[in-house]
Amino acid sequence: MPRITVEVDGAVHQDDVEPRVLLVHHLRDRAGRTGTPVGCDTSNCGACTVLMDGLSVKSCSVLAVQADGREITTVEGLGLGGAPHPMQRAFHEEHALQCGYCTPGMIMAAIDLLRENPDPSETEIRAGLEGNLCRCTGYQNIVRAVRRAAAEMRDPAAAREVAP
Amino acid sequence: MTEIGTARRRSEDARLVTGRTRWTDNIAPAGTLYAAFLRSPYAHARITGVDAEAARRRPNVVAVLTGADLAGEQGALPCAWTVTEDMRNPAHPPMAVEEVRYAGEPVACVVARDRYAAYDALEDIDVDYEPLPAVVDMERAVQDGAALVHADLGTNESYRWVFENGDLDAAFRDAPVVLERRYVQQRLIPTAMEPRAVLCEPDGDGFTLYSATQIPHILRLMLATVTGIGEHRIRVVAPDVGGGFGSKLQVYGEEVLCLLLARRLGRPVKWTETRSEGNMAVHHGRDQIQRLRLAADGDGRVRGLKVDLLADMGAYLMLVTPGIPLLGAFMFNGIYKMDAYSFACTGVFTTKTPTDAYRGAGRPEATFGIERLMDELAAELGLDPIEVRRRNWIGHGEFPYDTIAGLTYDSGDYEAATDKALALFEYDKLRAEQADRRERRDPVQLGIGVSTFTEMCGLAPSRVLGSLSYGAGGWEHAAVRVLPSGKVEVVTGSSAHGQGHETAWAQITADRLGVPFEDVKVLHGDTAVSPKGMDTYGSRSLAVGGVALYRACDKVIDKARVLAAHLLEAAEGDLEFTAGRFAVRGVRDAGVTLQEVTSAAFAAHDLPDGVEPTLDSDATFDPDNFSFPHGTHLCAAEVDTETGMVRLRSYVAVDDIGKVVNPLIVEGQVHGGLAQGIAQALYEEAVYDADGNLTTTTMADYLVPSAADLPAFTTDRTETPATSNPLGVKGVGEAGTIASTPAVVNAVVDALRPFGVTDVPMPCTPERVWRALRGDQGAGHASAEPGAAGGLGSAGGGR
Repeated sequence: MPRITVEVDGAVHQDDVEPRVLLVHHLRDRAGRTGTPVGCDTSNCGACTVLMDGLSVKSCSVLAVQADGREITTVEGLGLGGAPHPMQRAFHEEHALQCGYCTPGMIMAAIDLLRENPDPSETEIRAGLEGNLCRCTGYQNIVRAVRRAAAEMRDPAAAREVAP
Repeated sequence: MTEIGTARRRSEDARLVTGRTRWTDNIAPAGTLYAAFLRSPYAHARITGVDAEAARRRPNVVAVLTGADLAGEQGALPCAWTVTEDMRNPAHPPMAVEEVRYAGEPVACVVARDRYAAYDALEDIDVDYEPLPAVVDMERAVQDGAALVHADLGTNESYRWVFENGDLDAAFRDAPVVLERRYVQQRLIPTAMEPRAVLCEPDGDGFTLYSATQIPHILRLMLATVTGIGEHRIRVVAPDVGGGFGSKLQVYGEEVLCLLLARRLGRPVKWTETRSEGNMAVHHGRDQIQRLRLAADGDGRVRGLKVDLLADMGAYLMLVTPGIPLLGAFMFNGIYKMDAYSFACTGVFTTKTPTDAYRGAGRPEATFGIERLMDELAAELGLDPIEVRRRNWIGHGEFPYDTIAGLTYDSGDYEAATDKALALFEYDKLRAEQADRRERRDPVQLGIGVSTFTEMCGLAPSRVLGSLSYGAGGWEHAAVRVLPSGKVEVVTGSSAHGQGHETAWAQITADRLGVPFEDVKVLHGDTAVSPKGMDTYGSRSLAVGGVALYRACDKVIDKARVLAAHLLEAAEGDLEFTAGRFAVRGVRDAGVTLQEVTSAAFAAHDLPDGVEPTLDSDATFDPDNFSFPHGTHLCAAEVDTETGMVRLRSYVAVDDIGKVVNPLIVEGQVHGGLAQGIAQALYEEAVYDADGNLTTTTMADYLVPSAADLPAFTTDRTETPATSNPLGVKGVGEAGTIASTPAVVNAVVDALRPFGVTDVPMPCTPERVWRALRGDQGAGHASAEPGAAGGLGSAGGGR
């Protein structure tokens, strides 16, 4: 079995893994990062979205061996410094979640969306999050939350609080 | 302090936005084994042999079991709703033994050391099937000579249920207007974001079963009934549960089987479904064919309505399968007055996944029928659809009103909700634009859809459930524990899975007891912590469970009052309780806080005779009526007549759900409800082919809408308090779903009326709209097979 070294939420994990193991199963079953859930088996729902070297990926569509030597940030790795990430705060403030199952993936995808476009319009947010499904909210408050977080993150003072 | 009515941010969010969650699949006690199920690839077949030897020999496999292995202990899954005395309810083994009756039915299972090993071993199980005829189409299933789902029943009819009131013949005799319509409620897949998951852990002389369920209490009782294990030896925990929408209001075979496997193996056994197996094996929703006849006067006044339904049960009756379409029996009359009404429903077996509750459960189907008919009536008479409704609805001054369907609507103000919606929508301006586009023959036409709905929720008065032969009551339970420090624990029998009980229940408690919101902790979803409850469905949590909590708080205050009077050396009758403090009426500064009373009770140094050293209280509430939220929804849809594409331009929802505890949570419920109702109108359909194969097993085929597929909603409220409970609250969980589907389809049809289109079957995909415009009968009048008029992007029309 290949040995892989993956930095997960700031800690280096070294494991022997079967080549076929999906990154999301590696994160959940081996690395103990159960904050990232699985919502489908066809890479449609986006619930398992994490950042790999800062870019969003659906961790059900990446093999654990492909993450060898990479840095993975899950929702549990946000706000490790103490203060929650502006996106987490915005989801709370705007009531952008109900059951919360899609939330980790939605937050990670939204963070990557703002990396590409720090000031997206409503239409751009809706298009940008097309790969993440939510069954509870009808998306309206998710759109509000992303706009709120974007405004906060564009402000340099707020940006300094952003931990990883 | 007025916590009730405050837009509190939810306490639940703290763990949900950080991933510190407790989904069932996250829990893995030492030694946990993983189960996987082999499922039937046939809609209908006899099992003639199962060879599991190769699977058993695989490394890391602990057990392989077939239906035959479990036949002696697995019992039959329960149906709790015997809707007629002669209802046919075939035995439903958790795992098929001799015959499979839908694609996806479990036939064998593997228990292994990890999930990959379990799925590998499934490949090595060899099942011999002798295919039997699939029964896919309901209308054909009830014809003479049809192939049978259950041969021993001799028929595919499960039951026929009838309700009649008023003289229907008289209503139709010489009626100036008679409309006849056939509407198809397509089959839907609930698609909660968290797939089902079960973990059963042997625990001393009993078992703890974790499940992603809406109904820990009902599940516990049913697991005991099915397996014969004492109810007191089963603890059911619903930890964080990722949505339900009715799909987790069920006693699933996999739940029973995980319990049996844990008992056999003496180890924790976990199963987590994949989305693809879930689409086949989670119960489906809707799926009925409606034949409707409406008689009206020339001025649009409705005289009578006749409803004849075929309702697809699927292959077996599950927990409340047969009762779901009957909830619509009380709702087809909507908010309207009429002289006569009849409702008949035939429950039909097919070789498809069983149906059961899905958000709205019977009421969306009925609301769709009547709201589509009101638009058709308006078109027939050349009246504005709002005007036709005004001529028929129950006036604000007429409440309480006994409806033709036998309910008493306690309150409502349809005029106020409609006026508000019309103003927000800019109705007249959009009608002018519509006229202009029609005049210009704009390829993109504008349609305006109306839905003035009500629904019955807050399930349910136990006596009504009894009269409908339902197997349980409809009360709810709450307990309030005042801790020695003055902090408060609230226990509710209503098990939340996204609704925000932990916040709203704390608000009610803070409001009643005058304690800080932060001092209240809400506990739920574990039968060891919350021993009594009827769980969460039917928009019942607040209107039943919230009222139980309100009463439990009052009991705490009553108990505290006795001790406060003693401490203050005053008469109980002279005490006033406000903002967490008892004060002697008219005596300044003479008072004692609830916290001080709690301390005195805990110390118990100086208690009056007969007073217990605790303020803890519990209460149940059994409503004497349903709650009847209502509202007016207006939808503007742009329909491209060249491509068939529908784009929702604006959507206004004005809902009246009575008093509101947390407007933020209410708005979220409405948004999500709208999304699901719109999804039925435009996107979603569970499609079966002629052989009974489900062709929409993945999220790539079953189109749950994304953010890009939905518009921004404009929501507002009117407030007509319910009179049937002391909080004045009504349910809100299903209202948006119930109201929005007909609003959207009415808008699509309205856009196309100049082209002679009178209907577009759901979901109104571009292909179906395009076909309807070309007079394709298969599109204009949904043909016999759901999906036959052009499924999801199927070039051949879905056949």
